[in-house]
Amino acid sequence: MTDSDSSPATTDRPDFIRVDDFSFHYGEKQAIFNIDMEVPEHQVTALIGPSGCGKSTLLRNLNRMNDLIDGVRHEGDIRIGGTSLYDPSVQVISLRKRVGMVFQKYNPFAKSIYENVIFSLRVAGRSKKSELNDTVERALTDAALWDEVKDRLHDSAFGLSGGQQQRLCIARAIANQPEILLMDEPCAALDPLATLKIEELISHLKERYTIVIVTHNMEQATRCSDRTAFLYMGKLIEYAPTLQLFENPNCPETEAYITGRFS
Amino acid sequence: MQPGNSKSSTSFATTGRSRKGEPLVWLTAAGLTLGVLMALGLFLLIFIKGTASFWPARIDLMEVSVDGTSEMIAGYITQETERRDASGKDHEEIQVFRGNKDLNGEAFKYIDRSNILRSTRPESLLFVERMEFGPAIVEPVAFETPAGSIAVDAVGFDESLSEAIQKSAEARSTMLHIERKQIGAVSREMQALALAEKNLQVDPSTATRRRAELEKEFERLQAKAAEIRAGLEGSKLIGMTADGRELEVEVDNLLGVFASNRASFVERVGEMLHRMWKFLIEDPREANTEGGVFPAIFGTVVMTLVMSFFVTPFGVIAAIYLREYAKQGMFVRVVRICVNNLAGVPSIVFGVFGLAFFVYYLGGNIDRLWFSDKLPTPTYGTPGIMWASLTLALLTLPVVIVATEEALSAVPRGVREAALACGASKWQAIQRVVLPASLPGILTGVILAMARGAGEVAPLMLVGVVKLAPSLPIDDIAPFIHPERKFMHLGFHIYDLGFQSPDAEAAKPIVYATALLLIVVVIALNLAAILVRNRLKKRFAVSSF
Repeated sequence: MTDSDSSPATTDRPDFIRVDDFSFHYGEKQAIFNIDMEVPEHQVTALIGPSGCGKSTLLRNLNRMNDLIDGVRHEGDIRIGGTSLYDPSVQVISLRKRVGMVFQKYNPFAKSIYENVIFSLRVAGRSKKSELNDTVERALTDAALWDEVKDRLHDSAFGLSGGQQQRLCIARAIANQPEILLMDEPCAALDPLATLKIEELISHLKERYTIVIVTHNMEQATRCSDRTAFLYMGKLIEYAPTLQLFENPNCPETEAYITGRFS
Repeated sequence: MQPGNSKSSTSFATTGRSRKGEPLVWLTAAGLTLGVLMALGLFLLIFIKGTASFWPARIDLMEVSVDGTSEMIAGYITQETERRDASGKDHEEIQVFRGNKDLNGEAFKYIDRSNILRSTRPESLLFVERMEFGPAIVEPVAFETPAGSIAVDAVGFDESLSEAIQKSAEARSTMLHIERKQIGAVSREMQALALAEKNLQVDPSTATRRRAELEKEFERLQAKAAEIRAGLEGSKLIGMTADGRELEVEVDNLLGVFASNRASFVERVGEMLHRMWKFLIEDPREANTEGGVFPAIFGTVVMTLVMSFFVTPFGVIAAIYLREYAKQGMFVRVVRICVNNLAGVPSIVFGVFGLAFFVYYLGGNIDRLWFSDKLPTPTYGTPGIMWASLTLALLTLPVVIVATEEALSAVPRGVREAALACGASKWQAIQRVVLPASLPGILTGVILAMARGAGEVAPLMLVGVVKLAPSLPIDDIAPFIHPERKFMHLGFHIYDLGFQSPDAEAAKPIVYATALLLIVVVIALNLAAILVRNRLKKRFAVSSF
């Protein structure tokens, strides 16, 4: 299935996200070294690599989440749809409205399910009741959660199971219809069944969103991504269609990693 | 370490006792026990002494002979002590409350137990509560009314006495109403008129006409009060004291009677509850040693609530800036140390600061700007409940700041990031997600601040507390809230009664009762805040990670 989807549709831009000679420093420590890569639109791109290799850092730069940390700086550029993230005219808030994010630990707010989903609309100042209701139904349906929670939308989000909470977080991330969905190890805290559901969801969501996913799980990368990038020590070692990378890796480091000789 | 090697496993072995950690467990448990015992002991002492002061004790009639002259004394024992005199002989000494301060000069008498020849409890003895001179203990003789005298053993004595007491209570409350409300309103209008006249806001002839009307009204009300007072005249309770003197108690001076030697246990419990209730709702009398403490309860609660009202937003806002916005560095560290040290500043220093800054500077300027027509009489430039609340708010500010900072930093990073990733601005994330999640922690800080503030006395003595406040800071006279008024406070009341009272012995039971009440008020305020916090906790429960 990953096979047939790997050829992008004609309207999809192959370089929708363009990382251009990008380096990133946390204070004195450099986390990313001169990465160049292009992420095609409406595909799932997986970032794999051992812990501390910079894959989460790279992901969190795509919506400038790393700006929150003191003493960070970057070199190079990242463009989404041709516009630089670091262009002075780009507002971080409007950027984050275009780039949704799902985190490793499910983190719903201490609010009702309903309020969780429409949080991004609320902060954008939209309060038309019909629009909010439609959004809740659409986002929860897209996140494959609607049928399970439609009768208790106004209950606390903490009453849901872990997998449901993570799908709620996905619903929250796509409520405002972003163009890109970033997922930082979305299944790390979930059991295998819940993981399977999220993976199905990812394959389903890529029709409308460009997804970049960080994962530690090789099978997950093979199961649901179209392209895979292997990062090691802050460098992009190999970036290829998923099947090719896993079956016929170019670099010895990639092969060592995916065959489990180090992690 | 090689597994299975016996040598390595013994080298890690500790003695059996310390492996179980027993000595330390005992030590910690002993520490806790000591603390709990001390707190419980304190509370029990205050509770027992405080409630005992309301208990209608049995009255003893004792014949005491000192150096050959014998004397009859009626009263109840309030204290028993042992004393060793110069020759080394032990004396058992008792303190007896015999009342009748108007006759004896002292309400208490110390008696050497060995001097008591005999002691009885005649059922007829009456404990009489009076408006003036404190309680009396007499043997009732007759009840005199304008219609005639009813002897104590005659039919209808008890009924007519209790009826008269009831009537006098009603008359007193009517008179109080006339004096405080109606006459008060007239005199306020007169003052306003005089002021308006001074500032040439009214036509002199209108003012004169109005003044005449007001004066007439004033006289009418006074006449009405005098009439009610006259209606009580002529009725009096006549009793005989233990030493054979006659004691007359006019009905308008009579609050109640209780024959505690005749009463059953249930009746005595009822009387105790009645006395407690009166203690809670009445104004103080007789230099605070008699009557209730209602104004002090009211003042304490209002001041604590106003203080929380000021300290919570200030503390929370300051903590939000410190934790969320300020660049964490040298300066913020210094500020944080200063805030923590502020909590260690002696409270009297805050009192001095409050007096200088709030009362004299702020209050003085408010007077100059808006109340200059009343000067040199100060309106806000004098100690009052608002300045006291603000001073205490300043005093408890560090508590709220520290607690809020803790609560904010306890909100998981993931939750903030999720909010930001949804396109929220930093302020939106704080307002919509971080603050609700940290609200229980913030309220814990407010609870601590309230507990600290409600018990504070020293600074209040400089910025607004008085021994006796003629009126409450909130009442039914427009504009209803009077932040400039002085107020009474339970903590200060304790100090005033126990150490400034003309009759320290008479005040002792009231000191215990007031202390108990202060504790109860503080606990009640805290419980209310804790209830609010628990409700919020349920609403904003933070998830399990």
